[in-house]
Amino acid sequence: MDIPYTVEVRRDTGLTNGKIGIWLFLASEVMLFGALFASYILIRTGAPSWPRGDSILNVPLATFNTIVLISSSITMVMAWASLMRRRLGTFRLYMGATILLGFVFLVVKYFEYSHKFHDGLFPSTNNFLALYFTLTGLHMLHVAGGMAVNAYLLGPGSKLWKTNPVWFTNRVENSGLFWHFVDLVWIFLFPILYLL
Amino acid sequence: MTSDHEAGLGDHGADLGEHAADIDRHVRVYIIVFVALMALTLVTVAVSYLDLPPKMAIAVALFVATIKGSLVACYFMHLISEKRLIYAVLVVTLVKFVALLALPALTHGSGYWIHE
Repeated sequence: MDIPYTVEVRRDTGLTNGKIGIWLFLASEVMLFGALFASYILIRTGAPSWPRGDSILNVPLATFNTIVLISSSITMVMAWASLMRRRLGTFRLYMGATILLGFVFLVVKYFEYSHKFHDGLFPSTNNFLALYFTLTGLHMLHVAGGMAVNAYLLGPGSKLWKTNPVWFTNRVENSGLFWHFVDLVWIFLFPILYLL
Repeated sequence: MTSDHEAGLGDHGADLGEHAADIDRHVRVYIIVFVALMALTLVTVAVSYLDLPPKMAIAVALFVATIKGSLVACYFMHLISEKRLIYAVLVVTLVKFVALLALPALTHGSGYWIHE
């Protein structure tokens, strides 16, 4: 039996099931990160003193990573637009670029982390670093998760294009919604952790 | 049920039969949004070098981040033309998110807060 409402729209919701599913998941993600942001506010406002992020963290590297992640958002949406234009080859290029940019982000983060560890700065060192590692660590897991789904859609998952192009396009759009959310979280993490 | 390839995608009335001109229009918007996001990133970093008083710096940084986040949500995530049910989900989420962020303020008012 086929999975219902992957292609046609449910009359009561006006949406495909995948679309409402990914948005409900993103709503839960907002609350997950929200809990950590609330912890940040509680800990920071309760601290007698708080370091400015740029006194500990590397702002140029993080600015570079912000540009990388925003670029990966536009390649992601262009990958979807390519499918809307029925161009699988162009889709592959943009999706490959999206995954590559995600990889660049993680590599830069790896260097940031190892530099901190080398300097003896760990999550247990102080509250600022505890929040920094928790928030960016959780965010990195999301980047890795998004990359895995995108890699599936670029590789074996793209077989669906031949048999059901609309369903495949919907999958790419939903994966894109997650990817843009990950970008959106970083847009807030960057100033909060690095600049303030 | 899924064999009807021509059925709509359900988002802003799009399906693979959407006119190429419509997609071209979308793509132009994506590029404008991308340039705006890049510019705002530079603004965020530049403002941090101004050494504004902390409260001012936080307000400006969060204001710019909110604009950037809204651009991503509205255009890359297509929220500018989404179905009502998704708006409903997000309104509920937003209310709860704001409540969550306000919780630390409640502890502040309760006298539980530790002052120097």
